[in-house]
Amino acid sequence: MIGVGKMKLYSNVLDKPLSKGKQEVSLSAFAFLFSELVQYNQTQVDNIAELERRLEDAGYAVGARVLELLCNREKGNRRETRLLGILSFVHSTVWKVLFGKVADSLEKGTEHEDEYMISEKELLVNRFISIPKDMGTFNCGAFVAGIVKGVLDNAGFPAVVTAHFVPIEGQQRPRTTILIKFADEVLKREARLSQ
Amino acid sequence: MANTACFIIVGRNDIPIYEAEVGSAPKREDAAQLHQFILHAALDVVQDLAWTTSAMFLKSVDRFNDLVVSVYVTAGHILFSSFFRQNYLYSNGIKSFFQEVHELYIKVLLNPLYLPGSRITSSHFDTKVRALARKYL
Repeated sequence: MIGVGKMKLYSNVLDKPLSKGKQEVSLSAFAFLFSELVQYNQTQVDNIAELERRLEDAGYAVGARVLELLCNREKGNRRETRLLGILSFVHSTVWKVLFGKVADSLEKGTEHEDEYMISEKELLVNRFISIPKDMGTFNCGAFVAGIVKGVLDNAGFPAVVTAHFVPIEGQQRPRTTILIKFADEVLKREARLSQ
Repeated sequence: MANTACFIIVGRNDIPIYEAEVGSAPKREDAAQLHQFILHAALDVVQDLAWTTSAMFLKSVDRFNDLVVSVYVTAGHILFSSFFRQNYLYSNGIKSFFQEVHELYIKVLLNPLYLPGSRITSSHFDTKVRALARKYL
């Protein structure tokens, strides 16, 4: 029988310590799991917008948990109350824990006050995925956009987060940009707190 | 000796996701309504207070007769709220209690089948919270 020799140390997950554990997960395992996730959702939907929304919802659940866990582990129980604080938290801490490196860049949008962009040369989740021409602008980075949305929403900064391909001259594969557009109440509160 | 009366975890939409009577305070008939009333009155104060500081433990946010409300806010804006008799407030036991319950809550949250914001029904969680309450309060 499988596992018959192992001694069960904890009877319930609540007794287990919340330690860091193994920090690395096999990339191939994740790539297979993610491709299966995308394929499963493809069979369930009729159009691309719906597929993006489903991937985003999957990421949202992850984001909610990542926020609580990382604030407890990495930041010693200090919350983020300011916009720039939470953005740099996402850009460095979250990216480092999830993808092993900080995001390539964090920029403020020039056209609108409430837009910010996190750019990455190539998203880890997109590394083994190619998009057929007839799917147009679909981007599996919608999963990562969902993660960011989950983190921001639960921290009290509601936002619309989307993933886009941005073609760069001189490079074969386009850069991926996560566009974050904050809701009005966030800006109002930020202005109030800055005084 | 001062005792706590009630411990409540409130989710994001002001919906309680967990309630427990801890401590050996004498039970009153209208205890349930009283606790809800005190809690909701304190919520508004906490919403504003939470944005002014980046600490998680907000010591005492509101008063009701001789009960003092103490609140702990997590990163996801989940509120752990507890009511105390006056003279018990200034001790580290409360902060440690909240921190331990915070860790328990994170473990519950990490369950992918747990919908964030829904009631915590695990009896094991309940047992552990009461054990922590006996230990720290």
